[in-house]
Amino acid sequence: MAPHTEQLTRPAVRLRGLTRSFDGRTVLDGIDLDLPAGQFTALLGHSGSGKSTLLRAVAGLDHGVAGDGRLTAPERVSVVFQDSRLLPWRRVLENVLLGLDGKDAEARGRAALAEVGLGGRERAWPGELSGGEAQRAALARSLVREPELLLADEPFGALDALTRIKMHNLLRELWERHRPSVLLVTHDVDEAIVLADRVLVLERGRIGLDLTIDRPHPRSYREPVLGEYRERLLAALGVTEDHA
Amino acid sequence: MTTTTVVPVATATEDLPQVRRRRRLSPGRRLPAARLAGPLLLIALWAAASAAEALDPGAIPAPWTVLRTAGHLWTDGTLPTDVLTSLERAGYGFAIGLTAGVLLAVAAGLSRAGEALIDGTVQLNRAIPTLGLIPLFILWLGIGETFKIAIIAIVVYIPIYLNTHAALSGIDSRFVELAEVQGLSRFAFVRQVVIPGALPGFFVGLRLGVTGSWLGLVVLEQINATSGLGYMMFQAQNYGQTDVILVGLLIYGVFGLVSDSVVRLIERRVLSWRRTLSN
Repeated sequence: MAPHTEQLTRPAVRLRGLTRSFDGRTVLDGIDLDLPAGQFTALLGHSGSGKSTLLRAVAGLDHGVAGDGRLTAPERVSVVFQDSRLLPWRRVLENVLLGLDGKDAEARGRAALAEVGLGGRERAWPGELSGGEAQRAALARSLVREPELLLADEPFGALDALTRIKMHNLLRELWERHRPSVLLVTHDVDEAIVLADRVLVLERGRIGLDLTIDRPHPRSYREPVLGEYRERLLAALGVTEDHA
Repeated sequence: MTTTTVVPVATATEDLPQVRRRRRLSPGRRLPAARLAGPLLLIALWAAASAAEALDPGAIPAPWTVLRTAGHLWTDGTLPTDVLTSLERAGYGFAIGLTAGVLLAVAAGLSRAGEALIDGTVQLNRAIPTLGLIPLFILWLGIGETFKIAIIAIVVYIPIYLNTHAALSGIDSRFVELAEVQGLSRFAFVRQVVIPGALPGFFVGLRLGVTGSWLGLVVLEQINATSGLGYMMFQAQNYGQTDVILVGLLIYGVFGLVSDSVVRLIERRVLSWRRTLSN
């Protein structure tokens, strides 16, 4: 436990006065945020609230977007997108190894695939995988690089409900084992509550709520205590339960 | 016990209306060797009509006459020379056109400066019918082999350029983003993302280019040649040898078919990942 708490003292991501705007419309309005190393954070917000803009800024993917502010992020950052984004012309293992070199790369790729439950599918084409399998392969691709920070942009948004629950468990397991800092962008309040230890709500370009969820894992959707968190988060999102 | 439960079920199913299969709207299963059936039937009709002496042998000689003529021309050595000359022209022209088309498409697809310089120029070139350039090229390059190869190269490079360039500039931006996230170098990005992504478009251009090389060859050899298959057919026209003309057409047809099949075969090998999508 000691090394874990020690890790938490050093912030992995630090944002100071981060602004981003599109065509004069301010999407991020001076965000100050620290993400401690090894923390599992979820970022909630309405569609269009700028949560993906924030993730893309941290990933360094927002070329040509107007904005200001200071941003520090670790060296090794991986991104999981909503679509698995596997190159259709490379086999699954080759996709996992994309951009990775070194002698032991292939062995690491195989190990990563085995870890997400895709051992034996190394030679499959992405077109032969189901949606859930493809997203597992995408997770393997991001993990094989041993990221200090894992950015996930609604990674389970396109999956069916049953697959999504399995993927929640898998992501949490992988996080327990590798302990990267995670920033999970989602619009699903339940997903945020079940997975994350800290939930942020982005409202009008600012962090409207910063909630620590101090409950043991694995969590179930039906835990009554989580209902209180849900209500607070929905209120911060401007939704009342009986109208929802 | 079991019989008592089975019997009412059996009577119940008899009461239910039988499920009618819907009328099938797709053409159904493919016939074996379907692609050869049409041409073979045509040849059979030709042979039957010739045997029944329903065709004027001066206008359409019998299939066996054509084959015998081909045999004669082959053994006396004129046909092999003509075929070799034609193959050489088409081959050189195609190789130069292929290289030029790919290089220009890559230069235009991967750099903004290249696109500004190359794309407009090629589009302009495309607007001019290439066969219309023949008189000018004869004056520039003489009536020898050079101008023929140059014309074929132009006919070939245009479709290869157009399709490859379209494929290169149509690379999914999500894959570009992925390559950035994975920290690919520019070279690795081109090799692992851009080129494989553009290959389907390249093959469309390649097949058009192969067909174009034969088309250009036929025209060139019938207008301005002193050797080659087209020249052989042109001479035969002067002497009224329909059988020789048919031999020439037959060989052009075989060349076209074989080269297209070869490209298709390569395409299926290289793009094997696509079969998983079409199945």
